[in-house]
Parts: sequence; C-alpha cells; structure tokens
Amino acid sequence: MGAIFRPASRESSDRSAGDRLRHRQKVRRSIMDNIGDIVADESIIGRSGDQVVKVPIRGIKEYRFVHGENHQSVGEGASDDLAEGDVIARKPDSTEGKPGQAGEEPGVDYYETDITLDELIDMMFEDLNLPDLERKEMSSIESLRNTKRKGYRKVGLRVKLDRRRTARNKIRRSLSASSRATDAGGERMPFRAEDLSYRHRTTEIHKESNAVVFCIMDTSGSMGTTKKYLARSFFFMLYQFVARRYEKVDVIFLSHDIDAREVTEDEFFHKGESGGTFVSSGYNKALEIIVDRYHPDLWNVYAFHCSDGDNFASDNPDAIKSAQKLCDACNMFGYGEIKPQRASAYGNSLIDIFKAVTASNFRSVLIEGKEDVWPAFKAFLGAEEEAA
Amino acid sequence: MSHAGLDELREWDDRIVELVDAFGLECYAQEFEICDHNDMLGYMAYSGMPSQYPHWSFGKSFEKQKTLYDHGVSGLPYEMVINSDPSLAYLMRDNSLGLNILTMAHVYGHNDFFRNNSTFGDTEPQHTVARFKSHAERIRSYVEDPAAGPTAVEATLDAAHALAFNCRRNMSIRKTTRSEQLQRAIDIATPPADRNASIHAPRCKEDPDLSRIPLEPEPDLLLFIRDYNPYLAEWQKDILTIVHEQAHYFIPQMETKIMNEGWASYWHYQIMSELGLPEDLRLEFMINHNQVIRPHPGGINPYHVGFRIWQAIYEREEGDGPIDHRRRNAGHQSLFTARETDRDSSFLRRFLDRDLVRDLGLFEFAEKGRDTVVTRVADEQGWESVRDSLVASVGTGSLPVIEITDADFQGSRQLQLVHRYQGQELELPHARATMELLRTLWGRDVLLDTVLNQKPARLHCSEDGFSAEST
Repeated sequence: MGAIFRPASRESSDRSAGDRLRHRQKVRRSIMDNIGDIVADESIIGRSGDQVVKVPIRGIKEYRFVHGENHQSVGEGASDDLAEGDVIARKPDSTEGKPGQAGEEPGVDYYETDITLDELIDMMFEDLNLPDLERKEMSSIESLRNTKRKGYRKVGLRVKLDRRRTARNKIRRSLSASSRATDAGGERMPFRAEDLSYRHRTTEIHKESNAVVFCIMDTSGSMGTTKKYLARSFFFMLYQFVARRYEKVDVIFLSHDIDAREVTEDEFFHKGESGGTFVSSGYNKALEIIVDRYHPDLWNVYAFHCSDGDNFASDNPDAIKSAQKLCDACNMFGYGEIKPQRASAYGNSLIDIFKAVTASNFRSVLIEGKEDVWPAFKAFLGAEEEAA
Repeated sequence: MSHAGLDELREWDDRIVELVDAFGLECYAQEFEICDHNDMLGYMAYSGMPSQYPHWSFGKSFEKQKTLYDHGVSGLPYEMVINSDPSLAYLMRDNSLGLNILTMAHVYGHNDFFRNNSTFGDTEPQHTVARFKSHAERIRSYVEDPAAGPTAVEATLDAAHALAFNCRRNMSIRKTTRSEQLQRAIDIATPPADRNASIHAPRCKEDPDLSRIPLEPEPDLLLFIRDYNPYLAEWQKDILTIVHEQAHYFIPQMETKIMNEGWASYWHYQIMSELGLPEDLRLEFMINHNQVIRPHPGGINPYHVGFRIWQAIYEREEGDGPIDHRRRNAGHQSLFTARETDRDSSFLRRFLDRDLVRDLGLFEFAEKGRDTVVTRVADEQGWESVRDSLVASVGTGSLPVIEITDADFQGSRQLQLVHRYQGQELELPHARATMELLRTLWGRDVLLDTVLNQKPARLHCSEDGFSAEST
C-alpha cells in the first residue's frame, strides 16, 4: 500500500512566531545587560550608525551538564601521513579575550548576534531616562537648511511643474465642461494656463546647536592597556550621549603626560606613552583650543578627563585652578578616575584633590573595573540631573 | 505542487513500496506532507513535531537554522521523519523530482528502523502525535492560568530542559520501583543460608538504612524532583513529567543515530539502484547520494560511517559480489539481526573492525591549549583506542552521568549528586549554571561530587552563591 500525500496544513505556517519573539526579547535583555562590555570594543567616531557589529551574548545559552575541553574526540578522513602530535587546527587569536578582559570563559562560550551600531546605542540609552543637556541659547548657529515644501502655485519655474497635478486639473476642467455641453465629448482639450500647477518650496532657516567634546587622557607611563581600555569605554558612552543631542559634534582628543598634544583617535587609544604627569597641561591645552576654535558663546563644550589619579604633587594647585577654569568654559566637565583593582592606592589621588573644585557642573567618578564603567556612566549623568 | 506533480510522486512511491516489501523491510504506514522551505525550517526547530509546547529555545533554534540557511552555510535536510505510527515525513515542493524520490526511499529506511529496532521498543509511536499535542495543550493552559503564568512556566521549563537528558539512557532496562529497591537492599544485607552454621560463628548481619532516599543512586533527575520535592505546584510537577517524557522519546534516536542514518542511506541506495531511474534522474541520484554520505573530515558524518558499516556487514557474509536483497541470504540476515538488536555503542563495538577504522580514516584528537592535536591514529597499536573513544562519544555517551545519591544530605534536605567520573571533567561554567537551575527546582542547596583538575572536588550551589572545593 502506498503512502498518503497531503499538503502542509496552513495553520502551521508561522508556528514559531511566538517563540521567536520571546527569544528576541531575551537577546535584547542580554545585550542590555552586557552593554558596557560591548561598547568598549567600538571606535568612538568614524563608524557609521548602520554598520553591523557582532555582539557577544551570555544570557541565553542553554545550559546542561557537559564535559570540558579535556576530552578526546574522534574524527574521520585522516590521510595516511597524519601522525600523532600533528596540530590539525588552531583557535584564532580573537577568542582569547580582549585586552584587559579577564579570560575566565572560553571563547566558544559566546553566542553571537548581529546588530547595527545605531540600534545598539538606542538600546543603551533607552532604559536610562537620561536628562536633556542644557543647551546654550547663544550657541545655536543659524544655517540655511534645505528647502521645504510649501504647497503649490500657478506660476513657477518649468522644472517645478507638477505634471500629475496639472493633468488632473485639466481632466477635471474637461469633465465639467463636457457635463455642461454634451456634444463637446470628442474634442481635444488643450492645456490652459489655469491648469498649470507648480510645486512651491521655501528655504528654511534652521537653528543648529553644535557641541564639542574634549576627550582628555593621561597617557603617562602608569596608564596601561587595561586603564586605556576602561577609559575608552567611558569616552565612548559619553560621546554617544552627547552626539545624540546635537546636530554636529566635534571631538578633540588630547593626550598628556607632562605636556599635552592634540592627537587622532587611533593615537589616543593605542599609542603607548611614558613619562610623568602634569594634569594641568591637558586642561590648559583644552582651554587654549576652546579660545582658538570653540568659543563657549558659540559652542556647547563638554570636557572629560580620564586618568589613574596619579599626578605630580607640585602640579596639584595648578590642576585645581585649571579645572575651575574649564568648568567656567564648559557645559560640563567630568573627571573619571581609573583604578583597576585599586592598583595604585596612593592616599592623595586626584579624585580626592578635586573635592576642592566647587563648580556645580563638575562631576567625578571612580572606575575600578569594566563592570563599573556602565554604572559610573549612569551615576555621572544622573548627577547632572540633580544639579540642574 | 501541481496535481500532475503529486501524481508523479505517487507513482514513484508505489514502485518504492514494491521494493521495500521485496527487500523485507517492515514499515509503519507512511504519510508525506508536502511543504515549502519555510514550513521545513519550522519543522526543524520543533524536531519535526506537528505540535509542541511554546518555549523560546525553539525560537532560537529556528533563528539559527534560518540564518545558516539564508547565508548558504547549510541547506535544508532533505529528509525528516518522525518516529510515529503512521510515520510522518516531509517533502519540499521546491525540491526536484529526483531529490524527492531519493527522500522517499530514505524515509522508508528510517520508518523500518523505528519500527524494528529494539531501542524504540517503548516509545509508543502510535501515540506520538497525540502525546505531543497534549503536552502543548497542557503547558499552554498553565501559561494562561493566573496561578502559574508565562514567567513561572518559562522558568520551570528552562530548569527542566537543563536536566532533561540526565536520565536513564537505556530505556529497555526497566526502572525499579522503591519497593523493589527496598527488597533488593534487604536481600543484599541478608546473609545467604549457611549449611555449616553450626560449626562457625554466624556472619554478623548489618541492617541496611532503609529510610535513605534514594535507596539506590537515581539517574532520572526530573522524576526524582517531581516525586520528592513536596513544595512543587501540581503544574510544575506536570511540566517535569512532560519534559522527561519528551527526553525519553528522543533518547533512542540519539542512541542510534549512526545506525539509523546508515540504515536509511543503505536502503535508499539499494532501492534507487533497482528503481529503473531514467538516466538524468540516476545521475542526479548519484550526485545527491555522494553528497549525503561524503566524509566530514575532522568530524563524524553518521550517514557515511553508518552506511559503510552496514555495507561491511553484508560483505562480511557475502563478499563484495552483486547485492541481491530479494534472496534472503546470510548477509541479508546479518543486516536484519543487527538492525533489531543493536544500538550505536554495541553496533560500533561489534562491527567497527580494524580495516573499517583504517578505511574510514578515523583518528582521535584533543584540545591542547589553543591547538587541536591528533592523539591517536588507526595504526596497529591505536585503532582499538580510536574505536573505543568513538563508542564512548556516541549518543548520550558524550553527556556526563550524574546521579542523585541523597535527598536529605546532613539532615537538611540538601540534594547530593555524584558525577560518575570516567576521565572527563565537567565544564565548570555549565555545571554552575545548571546547578543554579537545579536549585530553583529543588528549593534547597545542591551539592555535586566530581573531579576538578584531577582531584576529587565538591561543587556547592547555595543561596549565597557557588563554590568549588577539593575534598
């Protein structure tokens, strides 16, 4: 007896919709939980928002008791010259963990998904209920923006003729004419001036508010890779936050040891530096650039400084003075102190010294590990809300 | 699919069935559902089941399959058969006629295997579809029940899924009841009758501790928790039962993967060879067949390994002359005996001889740091070790054996488990997460005795967190 053949039952066509939705919700939740780690890997500028990034997810693995890596496996297809001890595969370097990240989990433990940078950043700020930054009236720059539609006119340039609309006008007219004179049916109806319809546009003056973000980092000998990595995470979030609120955001990277220099993003994060620290040099350089290029009357200025808190004692009075000046020039000036595992617990680090800075738009946070970056960032902006 | 197309499939099906009967295969009635590739992706996510309860892991599985398919990493399976009576299988209407004919021939091989292999003895295939439907209905009702609700149901399912395969592996060995275990404990403790009792002192009798729960180490974690955690709600107990039943249903398929895929491939090959295919279909068949049973270098392709072993079983009796399955010769007989009595582990142990190990190019490898290193090749000294490693890794053999030894550890209702260590340590992050889920079901602390860094160790999961200490 032969088999029964039947077409698929239609009701089962999208049976997995609910389970897929629930899975996506969990992926999203997991991304939110790991957002601090994820953004730490991204460049601050120069990436377009629709770029797809790979996101590691830890939350939605399915767990059960399994054997570790110490077991033997069997494969097929060995050639005759395969011998004991031959290396047949090697894990790529990338699974080794990122610099500064503890490698407590094997690389294979990641479940990855793709997401655009924009989505990622939207999610990042979605839950936060972050405050709107206070914008300066004066710093709105008037610019001629593209033209905007504003209805139709009977006269205009030939290129702006709306042919569809014009034809409709003619048909309407001819129909009303034919209803009045029934014998006019077969006659050709030419276009008349009254049929013509031109698109009308006006130019708009748009007020743009511009901002500049100063990323100042201590690149003295004591700022190792881990600290730079933490600083990068912090700067990334700050930049993204500011960038979401202004039309145009400039970023200035300043690195300093005893002297300060303006550098590219790449140099900022990757170039090893050495030497001692004069924090004031970084602040003074920023002030210089503000006076030269970003007058506070025209720009919203944000400055953030990351350091391990280690400054030459002799520079401390100058540092406080410069910090005060920066506060005067900026919408907000923030200081993040990076001390992985309380590495250098000198009694008088900058975060203590900066308690002398009294300006209301000054913030400081302490970051001890990668898990602190996100909470520190939230606390940072939360504080502004309080102060505002 | 057009009527003409369907009629064509029916004609080929009739001819296939004729050969199936002539070759001595015994199948359940067969039903084919004609679906498109979206339906197929859906069926894959649910192991082919027409109905299944809702859980996000099926959504995850769907997304993964779809991503792989969309990116061309993997195609769709050309066959999916459910162990049910009547047997259910799927044909894709976008597939060519040749591929659908091959699929049908392959499906009959699985169908025969499900019906005749002893491992499937108690899977009750006549109730498969209804049972999965009932499971789905029950769990949906708990989701809608305010006393349970979607969040709690999901949490229970998550935990149950994590433990589902920690259960008896050989379903043909009957589960002993508590009273049988009691009797056994007493029997063991009772000294045998001693004819010379008058001559020497009586052997002292030790009373077994009959209050202990469980009396014997218990491999069925979900059932044990269901029966011995009095704080579980009825709906939770039912979910544990459902998840256990489904694992129970799928385990025979895991335990016979190589045999079963090999068997279906062996028979589709025989059937297709005698079907009198026109030249173009024959060519397409050869291409598809070679695609399916090609070796996966560095891994194991069960279709390939299984196919080669079944071929070798026949050849061992009959030599490599032309195969004629209409004559029931010794080769044919050997095939049918093995298909009835073996499971992958015994099958490989019995039939994977030195020549086959070498012909298949089997070798053993392990991770050493970041490298994957060959540890054994199939030479004179190594081939048995290679075979034994393969035997140990098939089916649920790759999953660690973990049993409950005490439900009232130190008198505080802590759950004590033991990992039957056989040279392979547990992966710690997984063990930790799984124990946390186990703790949510048991409601008290959970301990697991295992081996870490080659030293005995105890993992402890409590309210305060997780710890691993050497003992």
